[in-house]
Amino acid sequence: MSTTDILDLSAAAAAAAIGGGSLSATELFEAYRDRAASDRAAGDAGLNCFTWVAADAPSEPVDAPLAGVPVAVKDLFCTEGVPSQAGSRILEGYLPPYTATAVSRLRAGGAPLLAKTNQDEFAMGSSNENSAFGPVRNPWDRERVPGGSSGGSAAAVAAGLAPWALGTDTGGSVRQPAALCGIVGLKPTYGAVSRYGMIAFASSLDQAGPLTRDVTDAALMLRHMVGRDPCDATSLAFPGEIELPTAERLDGIRLGVPQELTGEGIERGVLDAFAAAIEQAKELGAEVSDVHLPHAPHALSAYYVLAPAECSSNLARYDGVRYGMRATDAHDLLDMYMRTRHDGFGAEVKRRIMLGTYALSSGYYEAYYGRAQRVRTRISEDFRTAFEQIDFVVTPTAPSVAFRLGEKTADPLAMYLNDYCTVPMSLAGIPAISIPCGHSEGLPVGLQIAGPAFSENRLLDAARALERSIAFDARPARV
Amino acid sequence: MSDHKPGGVADAGGDGELEAVIGLEIHVQLATRTKMFCGCELSFGEPPNTRTCPVCLGLPGSLPVANARAVHLGLMIGLALGSELAPRSIFHRKNYFYPDLPKGYQITQYDEPLCRGGELGDVRIHRVHLEEDAAKLIHAGASGRIHGSDTSFVDFNRGGTPLAEIVTEPDLRAPEQASEWLKLLRTTLRQLGVSDVNMEEGSLRCDANISLRPRGSETLGVKTELKNMNSFRFIERGIRAEIARQEEILAGGGQVVQETLHFDPASGSITSLRSKEEAHDYRYFPEPDLVPVAIDDGMLAAARADMSELPADRAERLQRELGLSVDSAQVLAFRTELGDYFEAAVAARAEPAPPAQGLANWIAGDLVGRLPEGQDPSDSRVEPRALAALVGLVAERRVSVGAARQVLDRLIEGGGSEPLAIIEAEGLGAMDGGSELAEIVAAAVAANTDAAERVREGNAKAIGPIVGQVMRETKGRADGTEVARLIHEQLGA
Amino acid sequence: MAALARLALGEEEVEPMARELSAVLDHVARISELDLENVPPTSHVVEVTGALRADEPTPCLPREVVLSQAPLANDEGFLVPSPQA
Ligand SMILES: [Zn+2]
Repeated sequence: MSTTDILDLSAAAAAAAIGGGSLSATELFEAYRDRAASDRAAGDAGLNCFTWVAADAPSEPVDAPLAGVPVAVKDLFCTEGVPSQAGSRILEGYLPPYTATAVSRLRAGGAPLLAKTNQDEFAMGSSNENSAFGPVRNPWDRERVPGGSSGGSAAAVAAGLAPWALGTDTGGSVRQPAALCGIVGLKPTYGAVSRYGMIAFASSLDQAGPLTRDVTDAALMLRHMVGRDPCDATSLAFPGEIELPTAERLDGIRLGVPQELTGEGIERGVLDAFAAAIEQAKELGAEVSDVHLPHAPHALSAYYVLAPAECSSNLARYDGVRYGMRATDAHDLLDMYMRTRHDGFGAEVKRRIMLGTYALSSGYYEAYYGRAQRVRTRISEDFRTAFEQIDFVVTPTAPSVAFRLGEKTADPLAMYLNDYCTVPMSLAGIPAISIPCGHSEGLPVGLQIAGPAFSENRLLDAARALERSIAFDARPARV
Repeated sequence: MSDHKPGGVADAGGDGELEAVIGLEIHVQLATRTKMFCGCELSFGEPPNTRTCPVCLGLPGSLPVANARAVHLGLMIGLALGSELAPRSIFHRKNYFYPDLPKGYQITQYDEPLCRGGELGDVRIHRVHLEEDAAKLIHAGASGRIHGSDTSFVDFNRGGTPLAEIVTEPDLRAPEQASEWLKLLRTTLRQLGVSDVNMEEGSLRCDANISLRPRGSETLGVKTELKNMNSFRFIERGIRAEIARQEEILAGGGQVVQETLHFDPASGSITSLRSKEEAHDYRYFPEPDLVPVAIDDGMLAAARADMSELPADRAERLQRELGLSVDSAQVLAFRTELGDYFEAAVAARAEPAPPAQGLANWIAGDLVGRLPEGQDPSDSRVEPRALAALVGLVAERRVSVGAARQVLDRLIEGGGSEPLAIIEAEGLGAMDGGSELAEIVAAAVAANTDAAERVREGNAKAIGPIVGQVMRETKGRADGTEVARLIHEQLGA
Repeated sequence: MAALARLALGEEEVEPMARELSAVLDHVARISELDLENVPPTSHVVEVTGALRADEPTPCLPREVVLSQAPLANDEGFLVPSPQA
């Protein structure tokens, strides 16, 4: 098999080819390893997708369903003995003594570690410009961002530098970069995948998810990640098994379009591609109706209270005592804390720590954190009510296509608005998938489909039927 | 420190118009095998930093999972104190920076604790909640300075040890009342088996909230918090010193400032613990990494099944079933080791069988008095069965009290384990009222003519010297009552 | 706030930070318009309870592994500047 042929295979197809004997796992690993390594070596001249790339293919043949198809993993997953910095200076040189559950489950399923991917620092960002390793570039247009915070994972898969990748989604960090890079990104139900070993941003929202070339790959990866983990008290047993999707039609499927997330603030070109996808769905037999999520417009506000609040606490452990960097010139303990955190954290992380500290401080807790938690309740109720009438909510994934590097860095609020359509699902803890549904200005547009908790199998089926019909051409992104 | 008599202002009577209001916060280390939120075994003096894992080191990505046994022990405490057990309680994060706090927050319970209310003795319980302990920060002094600053060393072995925090209502009024009550709590917790409750080793730690107010007032004055007093004596002294300090401030027309204080037992002085730059805002919020603790019937039943008898219940039973006096029953119930020894002696079915009250007196009096301070009698050489038999022999007048004490001395020394054998070997058996004793009595009367004369005249107290001589002659084997009877008989008095 | 978060801010950072924070706070303050009376707060989206761990020991990390990541340590533990007395 030629290298080009190898790189054309989806992860599922590659696993099948290895199983059928037409491809060796080592050959596959090395093809991707070489591509990843040269991107790493190229630095800013490449896409800057990776923070670390494996040297050698696993020496043992892989006797597991994923057959040795290697996976690129977001930097914030702890990998034993392999640098894990969450894109932050403050964890410079950090080598964890243990491996995240999601990563070890994938390895046990037959997917060894190919590389660690670049990301926004501690998963805070929507453009991958907030990284200690520098920005990632979008393979569709080098002058544009890949989205974030799992930007390295999304760009690597889109560019064919990895067969598939693992990311995390707190307010849209898998779905939005998947949309901006023209690939598939799935945020599972909160609790479906263990968070153990995932360097935390906002604990009540963080969830690991696959970034893949197609919906089948997303299902295959998820199958090998889900399940209750005794090390994560918030993890849950997945009811049943993740099936590989087979649907070709959407007959009888009721799709709801929430006006609150498909109107103001969404780019014209994005809305056009979204509308075209809805037409496709109707042709496949879906019933499409309007649905109301009256509190969805407040989701972003609630999110930007809750997530920074949790982050301000989660990031308190970076104090220069046990790991990572410590400011060297501190003259006492307080000074050591203040300077280590000043030098170690980037601007966006500092902003969110300040925001979260404020939202939790005495006198402001109820006005901010308390209210935001109540808005969260309302948003969950909105979805519950909606799902009594419809099967899935559909929206554009992001309000715009990939924007230019530097375009929004000066305006945090404009950057935060990238999460407008994805944050409500995060707050409700429900699964949502982004699939490429067309182009605008020659750049990919994502369609988001969200369902009730633990509806992943039905969700993947619907996404697969639409994907087949849309037949998005992802080849321009390959490098 | 001014030298206040015990009770301080509380006892001041007429002119003491202030009274102290004291509440305690007690941290109890729970007797689990592993830490509160991770599987590390608890540390008992292992080398530093050998009992750690990603969770208790606060490594990035690690997550806490609550220890089921800690919850179980917390429920037992709640049951013992008559608390209301929350069907659903949650953990919060208490955020602050300190090198012994690896995550930058402590996981504790805040507004939805495991147990609320309850009482022990005459003190009401406010709440009982679960939390994790901090690690150990050891000041290493100026030896290894870091950029001009003294160095401290952090050992995370203790970090994450499970604690129950018991908070009382401010129902205590005097320092010694506080330490007495704390002893009662310790006995209760020990009996429950939920903790080692060893103050020296830090498995029982106590803070006190102290304020003063005009006697009879219902409002509370400004309180201060006195931290981590690590012995009953220090608690008493610390509280007394703080009451004196507050009295002095108020007497001078000043205001007590709400603050956290440290009592130094060596100097007797009280110092403020927190500097201004550490003004605290703990930013409590629900711990998103943990789910609520839900108490189901199974957990409650398991906690009930594990409860041994509590001191108050034991005292009541000893009175009811064995007819002990109130005082004896309480001594045996609240000094668990004495109660256990007593019940072992009763259960030994010794021959002859001792009366229960006599046995209790011998244990709490003669036996404890002969053992080194604090020694558990079950660690002595005196078998409960042997003591029971000895008390039985005394009751049957087969050995005098004095001789029995000599037998007890032998038992303690390890000079035998059978009272009867010791009595026979040493000739300590009670002399019957026969001619031998009568002859010794007659000789003693003859040798103490002055005393004999006064006894004849009706002065009963004068019998002493005569009895003394008989006892010397008989080496204490004679029964005192019988000796007295013979003296009176021979003197016709 | 910066002191509470143990976060030193350079002089050049303070003004933009204050401006950006107040813009974000103005935005999030919109939730104050909502009527949320009698709405319970959500801490966990998926209602799980229990999830307790059996009191059984798991292996600890070797000390040299633990200390290998420390910015400053001796053979036995972590070293920090002493807190001010
Ligand atoms: Zn541990």
